[in-house]
Amino acid sequence: MGEEDYYLELCERPVHFEKANPVNCVFFDEANKQVFAVRSGGATGVVVKGPDDRNPISFRMEDKGEVKCIKFSLENKILAVQRTSKTVDFSNFIPDSSQLEYTQECKVLPEKRSLKLLKSQNINVNWYLYCPESAVILLSTTVLGNVLQPFYFRAGTMSKLPKFEIELPAAPKSTKLNLSERDIAMATIYGQLYVLFLRHHSRTSNSTGAEVVLYHLPREGACKKMHILKLSRTGKFALNVVDNLVVVHHQDTETSVIFDIRLRGEFDGTVTLHHPVLPARSIHPYQIPVADSSSWIVFQPDIIISASQGYLWNLQVKLQPIVNLLPDKGRLMDFLLQRKECKMVILSVCSQMLTESDRATLPVIATVFDKLNQEYKKYLDAEQNYTMAMEAGQSRSSPLLRRPVRTQAVVDQSDMYTHVLSAFTEKKETPHKFVIAVLMEYIRSLNQFQIAVQHYLHELVIKTLVQHNLFYMLHQFLQYHVLSDSKPLACLLLSLESFYPPAHQLSLDMLKRLSTANDEIVEVLLSKHQVLAALRFIRGIGGHDNISARKFLDAAKQTDDHMLFYTIFRFFEQRNQRLRGNPSFTPGEHCEEHVAFFKQVFGDQALMRPATF
Amino acid sequence: MVMVVRNPIIEKQSKDGKPVVEYQEEELLDKVYSSVLQQCYSMYKLFNGTFLRAMEDGGLKLLKERLEKFFHRYLQTLHLQSCDLLDIFGGISFFPLDKMTYLKIQSFINRVEESLSIVKYTAFLYNDQLIWSGLEQDDMRILYKYLTTSLFPRHIEPELAGRDSPIRAEMPGNLQHYGRFLTGPLNLNDPEAKCRFPKIFVNTDDTYEALHLIVYKAMSAAVCFMIEASVQPTLDFCRRLDSIVGPQLTVLASDICEQFNINKRISGFVLCCVFTLKHLTDLGRVRPSPRWRCDRLGSGVLSVPVVVALSEKEPQFKFIYFNHMNLAEKSTIHMRKTPSVSLTSVHPDLMKILGDINSDFTRVDEDEEIIVKAMSDYWVVGKKSDQRELYVILNQKNANLIEVNEEVKKLCATQFNNIFFLD
Repeated sequence: MGEEDYYLELCERPVHFEKANPVNCVFFDEANKQVFAVRSGGATGVVVKGPDDRNPISFRMEDKGEVKCIKFSLENKILAVQRTSKTVDFSNFIPDSSQLEYTQECKVLPEKRSLKLLKSQNINVNWYLYCPESAVILLSTTVLGNVLQPFYFRAGTMSKLPKFEIELPAAPKSTKLNLSERDIAMATIYGQLYVLFLRHHSRTSNSTGAEVVLYHLPREGACKKMHILKLSRTGKFALNVVDNLVVVHHQDTETSVIFDIRLRGEFDGTVTLHHPVLPARSIHPYQIPVADSSSWIVFQPDIIISASQGYLWNLQVKLQPIVNLLPDKGRLMDFLLQRKECKMVILSVCSQMLTESDRATLPVIATVFDKLNQEYKKYLDAEQNYTMAMEAGQSRSSPLLRRPVRTQAVVDQSDMYTHVLSAFTEKKETPHKFVIAVLMEYIRSLNQFQIAVQHYLHELVIKTLVQHNLFYMLHQFLQYHVLSDSKPLACLLLSLESFYPPAHQLSLDMLKRLSTANDEIVEVLLSKHQVLAALRFIRGIGGHDNISARKFLDAAKQTDDHMLFYTIFRFFEQRNQRLRGNPSFTPGEHCEEHVAFFKQVFGDQALMRPATF
Repeated sequence: MVMVVRNPIIEKQSKDGKPVVEYQEEELLDKVYSSVLQQCYSMYKLFNGTFLRAMEDGGLKLLKERLEKFFHRYLQTLHLQSCDLLDIFGGISFFPLDKMTYLKIQSFINRVEESLSIVKYTAFLYNDQLIWSGLEQDDMRILYKYLTTSLFPRHIEPELAGRDSPIRAEMPGNLQHYGRFLTGPLNLNDPEAKCRFPKIFVNTDDTYEALHLIVYKAMSAAVCFMIEASVQPTLDFCRRLDSIVGPQLTVLASDICEQFNINKRISGFVLCCVFTLKHLTDLGRVRPSPRWRCDRLGSGVLSVPVVVALSEKEPQFKFIYFNHMNLAEKSTIHMRKTPSVSLTSVHPDLMKILGDINSDFTRVDEDEEIIVKAMSDYWVVGKKSDQRELYVILNQKNANLIEVNEEVKKLCATQFNNIFFLD
């Protein structure tokens, strides 16, 4: 197995704590993600470390017997210590307040050093599970333990959600507890809360191995069985959720598999069956040898603790190795587009599939482009809707209006240009036919999603075509407006005229269609000494009263065509007559030189006389 | 090469009752026939290569044989009496298409060239009009001529007669499609089928390439695949091509048809391919199965894509447009070119005036405009702007010069508003 193969790893900077031993008890609080190392019942010190804060909290407390559980309230204000099964001791950690302990049997008011009962529910509970991220508690009820009652906490209130039943693998023979808390987990996946049930392989049913069943637990409405993750193995398992992926660790083989419920699975009408996205792999070996991963304890969503060695890690997904493990590029893109840190990996996949040695077929390339642009378009639409709503002044009436978040999955034209296409077109070994096909495929895909194509992509196409003397191809693309009109493009075309004369016509057509480039058209025509054409054009669009006479007279003089000069000169005399009632030029027009020239060639009497009435 | 065209003569009775022959040299346009002559050579060259090459390969004898063989048949297909301005231009009619459909066609061509790597060049036509050419312009010009005046017309008659039904007896497991070969094997299921394709020669000025010409058609979409002549296409290859191209091209052809009709409807015009009003109204309601129906209309002999304004009166003008830069040609004067004759809808005298104006244009470089009033009271206008030429025949006998000028301006504004065409 190559170094590149591991797609799961432990974070680089774990939380290190004193390892568990007979005098040092270690506790983990899932809500605050803190590790408590309690030495000798607290008498010789308690050290609390969290994943984010690098400054551990240390304190001592009186040894009042074996600590069963120890936790802080949010923001580390109140410490709760459970020493017996029925009582919890509290002490305040608020600066300048007394640290005397107070006890409650089963809301805590620190200022009164007492607790307040918020609500009571009478339920026979086998065990409970609390998910701090979603503030949902799950209670196991009934004899078999498989009827779960969820409660949802919000702003000091507790609401009961509809209870639901977990389907057990086979009809239980005995009437004892059949569902263990070890086989249940809660996690938020793609913004939705799921109850994950690890259903072990049973000999009686003909299942081929254990599976994880996902029950969707909405804030409103009933819990519904949605997904089944097929493990195809038996034995002991543990679950994590990382970057919206369900990670299932298998103890016997010390390998893990990942599932993505957004990837297409087999839908049977009610639930979707999923298989592992990738073949099973071990977690990337940690830099220090980890003796015995079998003693690891796994917490939701992504925590792995080795109490015996004193480490707390966050599990991470490495995307780069997955690129080679998932040969189906369409599926690979579907997978990558859902990951948090995906942009650079996606761009590297795009570059890779265009390299000569590793080249994908055009239909595959098209699929990848379409998937990227679909995501890109979704973002553009959301952005546009937001802008429109803001302009319509809906921001006041709807507080829910939020600017759409641009995730890494939004790969736009400039990303593609900078990281993929520009380098790709410069590779000498790639046949130009393929280069053009790829560029056209990308432009096709953008058009298909109605995304306006940026001119630099068109320039890339033109550059490539010009490099290979494929002017007729270029001409055809322009003829069908595949390369959209723009001033930069028109200028680029003008510059190609010496290699390909029709570029002149193409450029003028484009300027004409832009309808905002009339000055440019005049300049182009004048530069080609088409003075009369320029004048006719500007007259045609009604702009002839505002043009500079000097510019046209200059151009006409340069042609050495006296009749042309005469015509142009006469045109402006007539304009002067019409606008000012006098055919002569004003000093501000700086045409003295031209008047002199006209007199020299045609004589004084040729000058137009002021109209007299 | 020399071509001799005899001046038309008319016999008149002289005063003494003897018949006198009078030559009508005025009736002939030299330029038309010099163009026809050049075209003859280009056509010969397309299928046989250059004269020089024949001399090199087998001396004068071989050249004579080839000329004999080619022109024996080809000359019969020339209809010199109906040659006109369009023969001077030797233009290409392009099929108007929206960007997205055009890009789909690009994508299709690129994919086919990728999966059938021996394909060197591809050309794509719809409704006998060009959409894409991988060949260089001059080669495409003559190939286009061959396709539209010879190959396609030959295949239309059996199609209309209901023989050679496009819906083929399906091979099991095959996707249904309407694709078939216009050159090469007629029946892919026949193991004895011959895979012989016409050989053509392109880029004779530099690389001198010999190619096999495979023409494949599905509904109104025809694709030319050109492959290296050194590779002999096998029946297996043809079957593969059929299975790859057939289904895709069928879908593409119906996409193009649908798109084209949508565009026409938006612009307030309806593509009319038929004669009677009943058919016209039928066309307005083709939605339920637009694909097949339009296509039948689109590829038949009667299917001159004449644009008829439904609500407005008959247009008062007819025109020919030609662009020297891309050889684009557009004519509302010509009916379809059938293998036998090229039908025009105006009097030959008017066509002659067009030819005269064209000769005037070639004499000078500058942009020009010529307005003529014909003996028959029609107005004929010729405009030349940069590399473009436009000829308009106006059916407004009582109009004056200014009004005619205005009409032409209007025509330019509606038909040619997206190009730079000087007023």
